[in-house]
Amino acid sequence: MTYDHYLEEPGNLEVEYFSTFGTQRGGNGFHAFWGEFEYGAKAWWTTEFYVDGQTTFDDSTIFTGFRWENRFRPLQLEHFINPVIYIEYEQISEADKIIKEVEGHDLESDFLTPNAVARQGHNHELEFKLLLSKTFKGWNVALNPLAAKNLSLSNPWEFGYAIGASRPLALKASSNNCNLCRENFIAGVEMYGGLGDTRSFGLDNTSHYLAPAVAWNLPSGWTVRFSPGFGLNDDSHRLLLRWGLSREFPGFGEMVGRLFGGHQ
Amino acid sequence: MRGKSCLSTAAAWALLGLLAFSMPCANAQMEHSTDEHDHLHHHHYAQFAKAPQDARTKSNPLAQDPDASIAGRKLFEQHCAECHGDQAEGRRKAPSLRAQEVQEATPGTLFWILTNGVVRRGMPDWSKLPEPERWQIVTFLKTLKTN
Repeated sequence: MTYDHYLEEPGNLEVEYFSTFGTQRGGNGFHAFWGEFEYGAKAWWTTEFYVDGQTTFDDSTIFTGFRWENRFRPLQLEHFINPVIYIEYEQISEADKIIKEVEGHDLESDFLTPNAVARQGHNHELEFKLLLSKTFKGWNVALNPLAAKNLSLSNPWEFGYAIGASRPLALKASSNNCNLCRENFIAGVEMYGGLGDTRSFGLDNTSHYLAPAVAWNLPSGWTVRFSPGFGLNDDSHRLLLRWGLSREFPGFGEMVGRLFGGHQ
Repeated sequence: MRGKSCLSTAAAWALLGLLAFSMPCANAQMEHSTDEHDHLHHHHYAQFAKAPQDARTKSNPLAQDPDASIAGRKLFEQHCAECHGDQAEGRRKAPSLRAQEVQEATPGTLFWILTNGVVRRGMPDWSKLPEPERWQIVTFLKTLKTN
């Protein structure tokens, strides 16, 4: 959930399936999922399109909406702290449970509404993040403050945060080709939560999570991610179990360019 | 209801427009003439001059490591060959790394370029690779023969 300042390589497409299993006190657990298409439009601009859905156990499986995310890198060189500007537009129903980020007064109890009712409500939302990230001696530390505004209603601006640190298990690459080399694994921990809104800024009635995370990058372009997230207060889900599988397609933009009449 | 529909349509058009703007960039790049191509490559090498003095004089801590160039070759194939070519000979998107300018550059300069990228010209920064891996790539690049 925490972004560093690294963008998709230009011309590459990454396709990901991502899942969140969540427990629900007083209701049914759920499995939310997204399909993600991430494209490196430029070395300084990455654009992503998400399609979300969810299954609430003993209820139903529904499509919940889409998101369009853009990340822009304003500075050319590496600096002590590297900023990236993140802008997302989302059109999702109130039944969305992917919890891509936590904002405002998002609470576990918001998820009790049955799908048939929750899907009637639609949100058009703009979300802004400032991604601040620094890599030092193999460690990446990132902080993502966020502000979001629901465009459909006269809702206030909502705020949230994500903070994380991660490191590859080995800093030097081995000389042989291998899938299980330590350098292919990245381990880390992140914390994310809500910070209220313009009417009531702070930690009251907010939810927060602490989540260790591990990623396995295979040389073939596949990546597997796994992260169990633990709720830190009574307003949080007790457990959010996340995993994702993605595949990188290098040269996708060039391939599309050729399809539309470019030279080899 | 109408408002929602308009918003969706606008978002869909904006998405299509942006993708149309970004994808043909590869196409446009391919249509550069040879002169433009050489000019582009010259600009890539010109980036070397921007490396600060303390970065240029940095020595490669893995220069004497016999495995470094082998590991560097592996990393090059994973991260660099797509743009620079399997033999680092250069492609339309990125210049040859066998060029004299690269081979004459100090290891510190190459490390600085890898770390910072040439973002405006399409090369991402590779500081996401740990420092020792970047030095391994530099070690490999220094084993290449000039064109």
